[in-house]
Amino acid sequence: MARRATRAVAARLATSRLDGLGLRHAPGWRVLPLIVAGMAFLAALALAGAQGAAELGRHWQQGAGATLTVQIPRPAAAPTPPVAQGETRRDRVLTLLRGTPGISGVRPLAEAELSDLLRPWLGTHAEQLALPLPAVVAVTITTDGPDLPALAARLEAAAPGTLTESHGPWVRRLGLLARSLRLCALAALGLVAAVAAGIIVVATRAALASRREVVEILHGLGATDFYVADRFARRASRAAGLGGMVGLALAVPVVAVLAALAAPFVSTLPIEAALPSPAELAASLARLPPTLLWSLPAVPVSAAMIGYVAAQLAVRAWLRRLP
Amino acid sequence: MIRAEGVGLRYGESGAEAEAPEVLQSLSFSVPGGGWRWLLGPSGAGKSSLLRLLHVQARPTRGRLQLMGVDVGEARRKDLPPLRRRIGMVFQDFRLVSHLTVFDNVALPLRLAGRAEGQLRADVTEMLRWVGLTKVAEMRPTLLSGGEQQRVAIARAVIVRPLLLLADEPTGNLDDVQAERLMVLLQEMNRLGTTVIVATHNMQLVDRHPGPALELARGRLVHDG
Ligand SMILES: Nc1ncnc2c1ncn2[C@@H]1O[C@H](COP(=O)(O)OP(=O)(O)O)[C@@H](O)[C@H]1O
Ligand SMILES: [Mg+2]
Repeated sequence: MARRATRAVAARLATSRLDGLGLRHAPGWRVLPLIVAGMAFLAALALAGAQGAAELGRHWQQGAGATLTVQIPRPAAAPTPPVAQGETRRDRVLTLLRGTPGISGVRPLAEAELSDLLRPWLGTHAEQLALPLPAVVAVTITTDGPDLPALAARLEAAAPGTLTESHGPWVRRLGLLARSLRLCALAALGLVAAVAAGIIVVATRAALASRREVVEILHGLGATDFYVADRFARRASRAAGLGGMVGLALAVPVVAVLAALAAPFVSTLPIEAALPSPAELAASLARLPPTLLWSLPAVPVSAAMIGYVAAQLAVRAWLRRLP
Repeated sequence: MIRAEGVGLRYGESGAEAEAPEVLQSLSFSVPGGGWRWLLGPSGAGKSSLLRLLHVQARPTRGRLQLMGVDVGEARRKDLPPLRRRIGMVFQDFRLVSHLTVFDNVALPLRLAGRAEGQLRADVTEMLRWVGLTKVAEMRPTLLSGGEQQRVAIARAVIVRPLLLLADEPTGNLDDVQAERLMVLLQEMNRLGTTVIVATHNMQLVDRHPGPALELARGRLVHDG
Protein backbone atom coordinates (compact mmCIF):
# COMPACT_ATOMS: atom_id res chain seq x y z
CA MET A 1 0.00 0.00 0.00
CA ALA A 2 2.70 2.46 1.10
CA ARG A 3 4.86 1.16 -1.72
CA ARG A 4 2.13 1.86 -4.24
CA ALA A 5 1.67 5.36 -2.89
CA THR A 6 5.41 6.01 -3.14
CA ARG A 7 5.43 4.76 -6.69
CA ALA A 8 2.48 6.99 -7.55
CA VAL A 9 4.26 10.00 -6.09
CA ALA A 10 7.45 9.10 -7.94
CA ALA A 11 5.51 8.77 -11.18
CA ARG A 12 3.85 12.12 -10.59
CA LEU A 13 7.20 13.75 -9.93
CA ALA A 14 8.65 12.13 -13.02
CA THR A 15 5.89 13.36 -15.29
CA SER A 16 5.10 16.73 -13.82
CA ARG A 17 8.42 17.99 -12.63
CA LEU A 18 11.05 16.61 -14.96
CA ASP A 19 8.77 16.39 -17.92
CA GLY A 20 6.33 19.22 -17.27
CA LEU A 21 6.38 20.08 -20.94
CA GLY A 22 5.95 16.57 -22.31
CA LEU A 23 9.45 16.83 -23.71
CA ARG A 24 10.01 13.11 -23.63
CA HIS A 25 7.93 12.88 -26.77
CA ALA A 26 9.15 16.06 -28.44
CA PRO A 27 10.56 15.57 -31.95
CA GLY A 28 14.29 15.82 -32.51
CA TRP A 29 14.86 14.90 -28.93
CA ARG A 30 15.24 11.19 -29.31
CA VAL A 31 18.02 11.26 -31.91
CA LEU A 32 20.03 13.60 -29.70
CA PRO A 33 21.72 10.82 -27.67
CA LEU A 34 22.73 9.08 -30.90
CA ILE A 35 24.36 12.17 -32.36
CA VAL A 36 26.01 13.07 -29.09
CA ALA A 37 27.28 9.49 -28.81
CA GLY A 38 29.15 10.00 -32.08
CA MET A 39 30.56 13.31 -30.91
CA ALA A 40 31.57 11.80 -27.56
CA PHE A 41 33.33 8.95 -29.37
CA LEU A 42 35.38 11.47 -31.33
CA ALA A 43 35.99 13.52 -28.19
CA ALA A 44 37.30 10.49 -26.30
CA LEU A 45 39.67 9.66 -29.18
CA ALA A 46 40.88 13.25 -29.35
CA LEU A 47 41.41 13.25 -25.61
CA ALA A 48 43.36 9.99 -25.77
CA GLY A 49 45.33 11.39 -28.71
CA ALA A 50 46.23 14.54 -26.83
CA GLN A 51 47.35 12.61 -23.79
CA GLY A 52 49.14 10.00 -25.87
CA ALA A 53 51.08 12.67 -27.75
CA ALA A 54 52.04 14.29 -24.47
CA GLU A 55 53.13 10.93 -23.09
CA LEU A 56 55.24 10.08 -26.17
CA GLY A 57 56.81 13.53 -26.15
CA ARG A 58 57.73 13.18 -22.51
CA HIS A 59 59.16 9.73 -23.04
CA TRP A 60 61.30 10.75 -26.01
CA GLN A 61 62.54 13.71 -24.05
CA GLN A 62 63.56 11.57 -21.10
CA GLY A 63 64.81 8.62 -23.11
CA ALA A 64 66.68 9.47 -26.24
CA GLY A 65 67.11 13.09 -25.19
CA ALA A 66 69.22 12.07 -22.27
CA THR A 67 71.73 9.95 -24.20
CA LEU A 68 74.85 10.48 -26.27
CA THR A 69 76.57 7.98 -28.49
CA VAL A 70 80.32 8.11 -28.69
CA GLN A 71 82.06 6.17 -31.47
CA ILE A 72 85.77 5.44 -31.33
CA PRO A 73 86.90 4.17 -34.76
CA ARG A 74 89.86 1.86 -35.09
CA PRO A 75 92.74 3.80 -36.57
CA ALA A 76 92.67 3.59 -40.35
CA ALA A 77 96.42 3.01 -40.51
CA ALA A 78 96.09 -0.34 -38.80
CA PRO A 79 93.08 -2.28 -40.10
CA THR A 80 93.76 -5.11 -37.65
CA PRO A 81 95.54 -3.31 -34.89
CA PRO A 82 96.94 -4.98 -31.84
CA VAL A 83 94.18 -5.52 -29.36
CA ALA A 84 96.01 -3.51 -26.75
CA GLN A 85 96.12 -0.36 -28.84
CA GLY A 86 92.34 -0.21 -29.47
CA GLU A 87 91.65 -0.75 -25.83
CA THR A 88 93.94 2.03 -24.87
CA ARG A 89 92.10 4.50 -27.07
CA ARG A 90 88.78 3.28 -25.74
CA ASP A 91 89.98 3.29 -22.16
CA ARG A 92 91.24 6.85 -22.51
CA VAL A 93 87.82 7.93 -23.77
CA LEU A 94 86.00 6.04 -21.00
CA THR A 95 88.14 7.58 -18.29
CA LEU A 96 87.63 11.01 -19.72
CA LEU A 97 83.83 10.51 -19.97
CA ARG A 98 83.57 9.19 -16.42
CA GLY A 99 85.40 12.25 -15.12
CA THR A 100 83.16 14.76 -16.93
CA PRO A 101 80.49 16.56 -14.91
CA GLY A 102 76.98 16.29 -16.34
CA ILE A 103 77.39 12.64 -17.26
CA SER A 104 75.54 10.15 -15.14
CA GLY A 105 76.26 6.87 -16.91
CA VAL A 106 78.88 5.43 -19.26
CA ARG A 107 78.37 2.00 -20.81
CA PRO A 108 80.56 0.54 -23.55
CA LEU A 109 78.54 -1.67 -25.87
CA ALA A 110 79.73 -5.26 -26.23
CA GLU A 111 80.58 -6.58 -29.71
CA ALA A 112 77.48 -8.77 -29.71
CA GLU A 113 75.22 -5.85 -28.84
CA LEU A 114 76.77 -3.82 -31.60
CA SER A 115 76.25 -6.43 -34.26
CA ASP A 116 72.65 -6.85 -33.01
CA LEU A 117 72.12 -3.17 -33.59
CA LEU A 118 73.68 -3.31 -37.02
CA ARG A 119 71.93 -6.43 -38.21
CA PRO A 120 68.96 -4.59 -39.77
CA TRP A 121 71.41 -2.72 -42.00
CA LEU A 122 74.14 -5.26 -42.58
CA GLY A 123 72.22 -8.51 -42.50
CA THR A 124 72.76 -11.54 -40.30
CA HIS A 125 76.35 -12.04 -41.29
CA ALA A 126 77.75 -8.73 -40.12
CA GLU A 127 80.54 -10.47 -38.24
CA GLN A 128 81.70 -12.24 -41.36
CA LEU A 129 82.08 -8.98 -43.22
CA ALA A 130 85.26 -8.40 -41.31
CA LEU A 131 84.47 -4.73 -41.12
CA PRO A 132 86.41 -2.88 -38.50
CA LEU A 133 83.57 -2.08 -36.14
CA PRO A 134 84.13 0.99 -34.01
CA ALA A 135 83.93 0.82 -30.28
CA VAL A 136 80.65 2.40 -29.21
CA VAL A 137 79.87 3.90 -25.81
CA ALA A 138 76.35 4.76 -24.68
CA VAL A 139 76.45 7.79 -22.43
CA THR A 140 73.61 8.93 -20.19
CA ILE A 141 73.62 12.61 -19.38
CA THR A 142 71.91 14.58 -16.65
CA THR A 143 69.19 17.11 -17.41
CA ASP A 144 71.72 19.92 -17.65
CA GLY A 145 74.21 17.76 -19.44
CA PRO A 146 77.86 18.45 -20.22
CA ASP A 147 79.13 21.19 -22.52
CA LEU A 148 78.90 19.11 -25.70
CA PRO A 149 81.24 21.00 -28.07
CA ALA A 150 83.93 21.16 -25.37
CA LEU A 151 83.51 17.47 -24.64
CA ALA A 152 83.73 16.58 -28.32
CA ALA A 153 86.98 18.57 -28.61
CA ARG A 154 88.53 16.85 -25.61
CA LEU A 155 87.50 13.41 -26.88
CA GLU A 156 89.00 14.17 -30.29
CA ALA A 157 92.25 15.12 -28.56
CA ALA A 158 92.27 11.96 -26.49
CA ALA A 159 91.44 9.65 -29.41
CA PRO A 160 91.54 11.28 -32.84
CA GLY A 161 88.55 10.40 -35.04
CA THR A 162 86.12 9.98 -32.12
CA LEU A 163 82.56 10.95 -33.05
CA THR A 164 80.08 12.30 -30.53
CA GLU A 165 76.50 12.05 -31.59
CA SER A 166 73.83 13.82 -29.61
CA HIS A 167 70.17 12.96 -30.16
CA GLY A 168 69.12 16.43 -29.01
CA PRO A 169 68.05 17.90 -32.37
CA TRP A 170 66.00 14.84 -33.23
CA VAL A 171 64.40 14.82 -29.86
CA ARG A 172 63.60 18.52 -30.09
CA ARG A 173 61.97 17.84 -33.42
CA LEU A 174 60.03 14.88 -32.07
CA GLY A 175 59.02 16.98 -29.08
CA LEU A 176 57.72 19.67 -31.41
CA LEU A 177 55.83 17.02 -33.36
CA ALA A 178 54.31 15.68 -30.16
CA ARG A 179 53.30 19.16 -29.04
CA SER A 180 51.74 19.90 -32.44
CA LEU A 181 49.80 16.64 -32.37
CA ARG A 182 48.61 17.50 -28.90
CA LEU A 183 47.45 20.94 -29.98
CA CYS A 184 45.62 19.46 -32.97
CA ALA A 185 43.92 16.92 -30.72
CA LEU A 186 42.87 19.66 -28.29
CA ALA A 187 41.58 21.77 -31.18
CA ALA A 188 39.58 18.76 -32.40
CA LEU A 189 38.21 18.36 -28.89
CA GLY A 190 37.09 21.99 -28.81
CA LEU A 191 35.55 21.68 -32.25
CA VAL A 192 33.65 18.55 -31.26
CA ALA A 193 32.33 20.33 -28.16
CA ALA A 194 31.24 23.33 -30.22
CA VAL A 195 29.48 21.16 -32.81
CA ALA A 196 27.75 19.22 -30.02
CA ALA A 197 26.55 22.49 -28.49
CA GLY A 198 25.25 23.58 -31.88
CA ILE A 199 23.36 20.33 -32.38
CA ILE A 200 21.83 20.64 -28.93
CA VAL A 201 20.71 24.19 -29.71
CA VAL A 202 19.05 23.00 -32.93
CA ALA A 203 17.32 20.09 -31.18
CA THR A 204 16.17 22.37 -28.37
CA ARG A 205 14.70 24.84 -30.85
CA ALA A 206 12.82 22.03 -32.57
CA ALA A 207 11.46 20.88 -29.21
CA LEU A 208 10.52 24.46 -28.35
CA ALA A 209 8.65 24.89 -31.60
CA SER A 210 6.64 21.75 -30.93
CA ARG A 211 5.89 22.83 -27.36
CA ARG A 212 5.27 26.48 -28.08
CA GLU A 213 1.71 26.42 -26.79
CA VAL A 214 2.63 24.87 -23.45
CA VAL A 215 5.57 27.22 -23.08
CA GLU A 216 3.23 30.16 -23.59
CA ILE A 217 0.80 28.74 -21.04
CA LEU A 218 3.59 28.38 -18.49
CA HIS A 219 4.82 31.87 -19.26
CA GLY A 220 1.30 33.22 -18.74
CA LEU A 221 1.08 31.43 -15.40
CA GLY A 222 4.13 33.34 -14.23
CA ALA A 223 6.92 30.87 -14.97
CA THR A 224 10.33 32.51 -14.96
CA ASP A 225 12.62 32.14 -17.94
CA PHE A 226 14.90 30.04 -15.80
CA TYR A 227 12.09 27.64 -14.91
CA VAL A 228 11.07 27.05 -18.51
CA ALA A 229 14.66 26.83 -19.71
CA ASP A 230 15.48 24.45 -16.87
CA ARG A 231 12.79 21.97 -18.06
CA PHE A 232 14.40 21.83 -21.48
CA ALA A 233 17.96 21.93 -20.17
CA ARG A 234 17.44 18.95 -17.87
CA ARG A 235 16.10 16.91 -20.76
CA ALA A 236 18.94 18.01 -23.03
CA SER A 237 21.44 17.29 -20.29
CA ARG A 238 20.10 13.78 -19.75
CA ALA A 239 20.05 13.02 -23.44
CA ALA A 240 23.56 14.39 -23.97
CA GLY A 241 24.93 12.64 -20.89
CA LEU A 242 23.45 9.36 -22.07
CA GLY A 243 24.96 9.88 -25.52
CA GLY A 244 28.26 10.72 -23.89
CA MET A 245 28.28 7.45 -21.99
CA VAL A 246 27.47 5.43 -25.10
CA GLY A 247 30.20 7.23 -27.05
CA LEU A 248 32.71 6.64 -24.30
CA ALA A 249 31.81 2.97 -24.09
CA LEU A 250 32.44 2.67 -27.82
CA ALA A 251 35.72 4.57 -27.61
CA VAL A 252 37.31 2.63 -24.75
CA PRO A 253 38.14 -0.52 -26.77
CA VAL A 254 39.61 1.61 -29.56
CA VAL A 255 41.73 3.53 -27.07
CA ALA A 256 42.87 0.23 -25.57
CA VAL A 257 44.05 -1.06 -28.96
CA LEU A 258 45.87 2.19 -29.73
CA ALA A 259 47.46 2.17 -26.29
CA ALA A 260 48.61 -1.41 -26.75
CA LEU A 261 50.12 -0.56 -30.16
CA ALA A 262 51.87 2.48 -28.71
CA ALA A 263 53.05 0.71 -25.56
CA PRO A 264 56.48 -0.36 -26.89
CA PHE A 265 57.31 3.22 -27.82
CA VAL A 266 56.74 4.48 -24.32
CA SER A 267 58.34 1.58 -22.48
CA THR A 268 61.96 0.61 -21.96
CA LEU A 269 61.26 -2.95 -23.03
CA PRO A 270 62.61 -4.06 -26.39
CA ILE A 271 60.21 -3.37 -29.24
CA GLU A 272 57.96 -6.33 -29.98
CA ALA A 273 56.91 -6.37 -33.58
CA ALA A 274 54.13 -8.88 -32.85
CA LEU A 275 50.62 -7.47 -32.58
CA PRO A 276 49.11 -7.40 -29.09
CA SER A 277 46.99 -10.34 -27.96
CA PRO A 278 43.55 -9.83 -26.36
CA ALA A 279 45.06 -10.36 -22.93
CA GLU A 280 47.64 -7.69 -23.66
CA LEU A 281 44.84 -5.39 -24.82
CA ALA A 282 43.05 -5.79 -21.52
CA ALA A 283 46.28 -5.25 -19.64
CA SER A 284 47.03 -2.14 -21.66
CA LEU A 285 43.76 -0.60 -20.45
CA ALA A 286 44.99 -0.88 -16.90
CA ARG A 287 48.31 0.65 -17.94
CA LEU A 288 46.72 3.73 -19.52
CA PRO A 289 48.17 6.95 -18.11
CA PRO A 290 46.27 7.85 -14.93
CA THR A 291 45.45 11.30 -16.28
CA LEU A 292 43.71 9.69 -19.23
CA LEU A 293 41.81 7.27 -16.99
CA TRP A 294 40.68 10.24 -14.96
CA SER A 295 39.76 12.43 -17.90
CA LEU A 296 37.82 9.89 -19.99
CA PRO A 297 34.81 9.94 -17.61
CA ALA A 298 34.85 13.72 -18.12
CA VAL A 299 33.51 13.10 -21.64
CA PRO A 300 29.93 12.16 -20.62
CA VAL A 301 30.04 14.67 -17.76
CA SER A 302 31.07 17.44 -20.15
CA ALA A 303 28.43 16.31 -22.64
CA ALA A 304 25.77 16.61 -19.95
CA MET A 305 27.03 20.03 -18.93
CA ILE A 306 27.24 21.28 -22.51
CA GLY A 307 23.70 19.95 -23.01
CA TYR A 308 22.40 21.85 -20.01
CA VAL A 309 24.08 25.15 -20.79
CA ALA A 310 23.37 25.10 -24.54
CA ALA A 311 19.68 24.31 -23.99
CA GLN A 312 19.32 26.95 -21.25
CA LEU A 313 20.80 29.61 -23.51
CA ALA A 314 18.73 28.52 -26.53
CA VAL A 315 15.46 28.60 -24.58
CA ARG A 316 16.25 31.91 -22.90
CA ALA A 317 17.05 33.50 -26.24
CA TRP A 318 13.75 32.21 -27.62
CA LEU A 319 11.75 33.42 -24.59
CA ARG A 320 12.95 36.98 -25.22
CA ARG A 321 10.19 37.28 -27.80
CA LEU A 322 7.62 37.04 -25.02
CA PRO A 323 7.22 40.10 -22.76
CA MET B 1 -5.65 47.88 -8.57
CA ILE B 2 -5.69 48.95 -12.26
CA ARG B 3 -4.91 52.44 -13.49
CA ALA B 4 -4.64 53.13 -17.21
CA GLU B 5 -3.69 56.56 -18.54
CA GLY B 6 -3.75 57.11 -22.29
CA VAL B 7 -2.82 53.49 -22.94
CA GLY B 8 -2.25 52.49 -26.56
CA LEU B 9 -1.25 49.17 -28.09
CA ARG B 10 -0.09 48.26 -31.55
CA TYR B 11 1.03 44.80 -32.60
CA GLY B 12 4.20 44.03 -34.48
CA GLU B 13 7.70 45.38 -34.19
CA SER B 14 7.98 48.93 -33.01
CA GLY B 15 9.89 50.83 -35.68
CA ALA B 16 8.70 48.50 -38.42
CA GLU B 17 8.45 50.29 -41.76
CA ALA B 18 4.69 50.32 -42.11
CA GLU B 19 3.55 50.77 -38.54
CA ALA B 20 0.54 48.64 -37.69
CA PRO B 21 -2.50 50.64 -36.60
CA GLU B 22 -3.16 50.91 -32.89
CA VAL B 23 -5.68 48.28 -31.81
CA LEU B 24 -6.14 50.15 -28.53
CA GLN B 25 -6.12 53.93 -28.39
CA SER B 26 -5.83 56.29 -25.44
CA LEU B 27 -7.56 54.13 -22.88
CA SER B 28 -7.92 55.82 -19.51
CA PHE B 29 -9.80 54.12 -16.70
CA SER B 30 -9.24 52.66 -13.28
CA VAL B 31 -10.63 49.68 -11.42
CA PRO B 32 -10.46 49.57 -7.61
CA GLY B 33 -9.38 46.46 -5.74
CA GLY B 34 -12.25 43.99 -5.29
CA GLY B 35 -14.24 45.55 -8.14
CA TRP B 36 -16.17 43.84 -10.94
CA ARG B 37 -16.16 44.91 -14.58
CA TRP B 38 -17.78 43.47 -17.63
CA LEU B 39 -15.63 44.16 -20.68
CA LEU B 40 -18.01 44.66 -23.59
CA GLY B 41 -17.85 45.43 -27.28
CA PRO B 42 -18.31 43.74 -30.63
CA SER B 43 -15.87 41.21 -31.99
CA GLY B 44 -12.63 42.93 -32.99
CA ALA B 45 -13.18 45.87 -30.63
CA GLY B 46 -10.00 45.08 -28.69
CA LYS B 47 -11.30 43.20 -25.64
CA SER B 48 -8.74 40.39 -25.90
CA SER B 49 -5.99 42.89 -26.56
CA LEU B 50 -6.82 44.82 -23.41
CA LEU B 51 -6.87 41.57 -21.42
CA ARG B 52 -3.42 40.77 -22.86
CA LEU B 53 -2.17 44.04 -21.43
CA LEU B 54 -3.80 43.36 -18.06
CA HIS B 55 -2.32 39.84 -18.07
CA VAL B 56 1.12 41.33 -18.85
CA GLN B 57 1.36 39.30 -22.05
CA ALA B 58 2.09 42.55 -23.89
CA ARG B 59 3.34 45.92 -22.78
CA PRO B 60 1.54 49.12 -23.74
CA THR B 61 3.19 50.85 -26.67
CA ARG B 62 1.94 54.18 -25.39
CA GLY B 63 0.68 55.65 -22.12
CA ARG B 64 0.99 54.34 -18.60
CA LEU B 65 -0.51 51.17 -17.15
CA GLN B 66 -0.24 50.42 -13.47
CA LEU B 67 -1.18 47.02 -12.05
CA MET B 68 -1.06 46.53 -8.29
CA GLY B 69 1.30 49.45 -8.04
CA VAL B 70 3.68 48.18 -10.75
CA ASP B 71 4.21 50.31 -13.83
CA VAL B 72 3.97 47.61 -16.48
CA GLY B 73 5.63 49.71 -19.18
CA GLU B 74 8.66 50.53 -17.06
CA ALA B 75 9.13 47.33 -15.05
CA ARG B 76 12.16 45.16 -15.64
CA ARG B 77 11.45 41.92 -17.45
CA LYS B 78 12.42 39.80 -14.48
CA ASP B 79 9.86 41.56 -12.28
CA LEU B 80 6.97 40.50 -14.51
CA PRO B 81 6.64 36.77 -13.60
CA PRO B 82 5.87 37.51 -9.93
CA LEU B 83 3.27 40.02 -11.11
CA ARG B 84 1.68 37.42 -13.43
CA ARG B 85 1.46 34.97 -10.55
CA ARG B 86 -0.94 37.39 -8.84
CA ILE B 87 -3.18 37.45 -11.89
CA GLY B 88 -5.49 34.60 -12.89
CA MET B 89 -6.55 34.22 -16.51
CA VAL B 90 -9.36 32.13 -18.00
CA PHE B 91 -9.52 31.73 -21.79
CA GLN B 92 -12.40 30.81 -24.04
CA ASP B 93 -10.36 27.87 -25.34
CA PHE B 94 -9.26 26.87 -21.79
CA ARG B 95 -5.53 26.44 -22.67
CA LEU B 96 -5.01 23.44 -20.44
CA VAL B 97 -1.87 21.34 -20.71
CA SER B 98 -3.18 18.25 -22.45
CA HIS B 99 -0.51 15.79 -21.31
CA LEU B 100 -0.94 16.65 -17.62
CA THR B 101 -3.78 15.33 -15.49
CA VAL B 102 -6.50 17.63 -14.16
CA PHE B 103 -4.74 17.55 -10.80
CA ASP B 104 -1.40 18.53 -12.30
CA ASN B 105 -2.95 21.30 -14.38
CA VAL B 106 -4.45 22.84 -11.27
CA ALA B 107 -1.23 22.29 -9.30
CA LEU B 108 0.90 23.93 -12.00
CA PRO B 109 0.74 27.53 -10.68
CA LEU B 110 1.66 26.35 -7.18
CA ARG B 111 4.63 24.43 -8.54
CA LEU B 112 5.70 27.45 -10.57
CA ALA B 113 5.53 29.47 -7.37
CA GLY B 114 7.89 26.97 -5.78
CA ARG B 115 5.40 25.28 -3.45
CA ALA B 116 6.75 22.00 -2.03
CA GLU B 117 5.07 18.83 -3.31
CA GLY B 118 3.98 17.82 0.18
CA GLN B 119 2.20 21.11 0.71
CA LEU B 120 0.10 21.42 -2.40
CA ARG B 121 -2.05 18.29 -2.38
CA ALA B 122 -4.53 19.61 0.19
CA ASP B 123 -4.98 22.93 -1.62
CA VAL B 124 -5.43 21.32 -5.04
CA THR B 125 -7.89 18.79 -3.67
CA GLU B 126 -9.86 21.56 -1.96
CA MET B 127 -9.91 23.59 -5.19
CA LEU B 128 -11.11 20.59 -7.21
CA ARG B 129 -13.90 20.09 -4.68
CA TRP B 130 -14.91 23.76 -5.02
CA VAL B 131 -15.33 23.41 -8.80
CA GLY B 132 -16.86 19.92 -8.43
CA LEU B 133 -14.14 17.93 -10.24
CA THR B 134 -12.84 15.66 -7.49
CA LYS B 135 -13.79 12.54 -9.44
CA VAL B 136 -11.81 13.41 -12.56
CA ALA B 137 -8.62 14.57 -10.82
CA GLU B 138 -6.46 11.88 -12.41
CA MET B 139 -7.91 12.18 -15.91
CA ARG B 140 -6.47 14.06 -18.84
CA PRO B 141 -8.43 17.27 -19.55
CA THR B 142 -9.08 16.24 -23.18
CA LEU B 143 -11.48 13.55 -21.91
CA LEU B 144 -13.69 16.11 -20.14
CA SER B 145 -16.69 18.11 -21.38
CA GLY B 146 -16.24 21.77 -22.26
CA GLY B 147 -17.85 22.89 -19.01
CA GLU B 148 -15.59 20.63 -16.99
CA GLN B 149 -12.51 21.86 -18.83
CA GLN B 150 -13.52 25.45 -18.17
CA ARG B 151 -13.87 24.67 -14.48
CA VAL B 152 -10.34 23.16 -14.52
CA ALA B 153 -9.18 26.43 -16.07
CA ILE B 154 -10.96 28.42 -13.32
CA ALA B 155 -9.45 26.23 -10.61
CA ARG B 156 -5.99 26.72 -12.14
CA ALA B 157 -6.56 30.48 -12.34
CA VAL B 158 -7.65 30.93 -8.74
CA ILE B 159 -5.53 28.35 -6.90
CA VAL B 160 -2.89 30.98 -6.10
CA ARG B 161 -5.61 33.34 -4.73
CA PRO B 162 -4.98 35.98 -7.39
CA LEU B 163 -5.73 39.62 -6.70
CA LEU B 164 -6.94 40.04 -10.26
CA LEU B 165 -8.99 37.49 -12.21
CA LEU B 166 -9.40 37.95 -15.96
CA ALA B 167 -11.74 35.94 -18.16
CA ASP B 168 -11.88 36.20 -21.97
CA GLU B 169 -15.25 35.02 -23.32
CA PRO B 170 -15.24 32.25 -20.69
CA THR B 171 -18.75 31.08 -21.53
CA GLY B 172 -18.25 31.08 -25.30
CA ASN B 173 -17.86 27.31 -25.50
CA LEU B 174 -20.41 26.43 -22.80
CA ASP B 175 -24.14 25.78 -22.79
CA ASP B 176 -26.39 27.94 -20.61
CA VAL B 177 -26.37 25.63 -17.60
CA GLN B 178 -22.57 25.42 -17.57
CA ALA B 179 -22.31 29.17 -18.22
CA GLU B 180 -24.47 29.90 -15.18
CA ARG B 181 -22.39 27.58 -13.05
CA LEU B 182 -19.22 29.40 -14.20
CA MET B 183 -20.77 32.79 -13.36
CA VAL B 184 -21.47 31.57 -9.84
CA LEU B 185 -17.77 30.70 -9.42
CA LEU B 186 -16.60 34.05 -10.80
CA GLN B 187 -18.99 35.99 -8.58
CA GLU B 188 -17.93 33.89 -5.59
CA MET B 189 -14.30 34.89 -6.22
CA ASN B 190 -15.35 38.52 -6.51
CA ARG B 191 -17.27 38.27 -3.24
CA LEU B 192 -14.08 36.93 -1.59
CA GLY B 193 -12.25 40.14 -2.62
CA THR B 194 -10.73 39.35 -6.02
CA THR B 195 -10.97 42.00 -8.72
CA VAL B 196 -12.75 40.33 -11.67
CA ILE B 197 -12.86 41.43 -15.31
CA VAL B 198 -14.97 39.37 -17.72
CA ALA B 199 -14.87 40.03 -21.46
CA THR B 200 -17.97 38.93 -23.35
CA HIS B 201 -20.24 39.83 -26.19
CA ASN B 202 -23.04 37.69 -24.75
CA MET B 203 -25.48 40.44 -23.67
CA GLN B 204 -28.02 37.98 -22.25
CA LEU B 205 -25.39 36.87 -19.76
CA VAL B 206 -24.74 40.50 -18.80
CA ASP B 207 -28.48 41.14 -18.44
CA ARG B 208 -28.83 38.21 -16.06
CA HIS B 209 -25.85 39.41 -14.00
CA PRO B 210 -25.85 43.19 -14.19
CA GLY B 211 -22.71 45.03 -13.08
CA PRO B 212 -20.41 47.92 -14.01
CA ALA B 213 -18.91 47.66 -17.49
CA LEU B 214 -16.12 48.97 -19.68
CA GLU B 215 -17.23 49.12 -23.29
CA LEU B 216 -14.84 49.19 -26.23
CA ALA B 217 -15.49 50.04 -29.87
CA ARG B 218 -12.72 49.96 -32.46
CA GLY B 219 -10.04 50.19 -29.84
CA ARG B 220 -11.52 53.11 -27.94
CA LEU B 221 -13.28 53.21 -24.60
CA VAL B 222 -16.87 54.32 -25.25
CA HIS B 223 -18.48 53.61 -21.89
CA ASP B 224 -17.16 53.32 -18.32
CA GLY B 225 -19.58 52.63 -15.50
N1 LIG C 1 -1.58 39.13 -32.40
C1 LIG C 1 -2.15 40.08 -33.16
N2 LIG C 1 -1.43 40.67 -34.13
C2 LIG C 1 -1.96 41.64 -34.91
N3 LIG C 1 -3.22 42.09 -34.77
C3 LIG C 1 -4.00 41.55 -33.82
C4 LIG C 1 -3.51 40.52 -32.97
N4 LIG C 1 -4.51 40.16 -32.12
C5 LIG C 1 -5.57 40.97 -32.44
N5 LIG C 1 -5.27 41.77 -33.45
C6 LIG C 1 -6.16 42.78 -34.02
O1 LIG C 1 -6.54 43.66 -32.98
C7 LIG C 1 -7.89 44.02 -33.12
C8 LIG C 1 -8.62 43.71 -31.83
O2 LIG C 1 -8.68 42.32 -31.68
P1 LIG C 1 -9.10 41.65 -30.30
O3 LIG C 1 -8.37 42.31 -29.23
O4 LIG C 1 -8.94 40.19 -30.44
O5 LIG C 1 -10.64 42.06 -30.22
P2 LIG C 1 -11.83 41.29 -29.50
O6 LIG C 1 -11.26 40.41 -28.47
O7 LIG C 1 -12.66 42.39 -28.93
O8 LIG C 1 -12.56 40.54 -30.54
C9 LIG C 1 -8.45 43.25 -34.30
O9 LIG C 1 -8.48 44.13 -35.39
C10 LIG C 1 -7.45 42.17 -34.53
O10 LIG C 1 -7.33 41.88 -35.90
MG1 LIG D 1 -11.42 38.31 -28.22
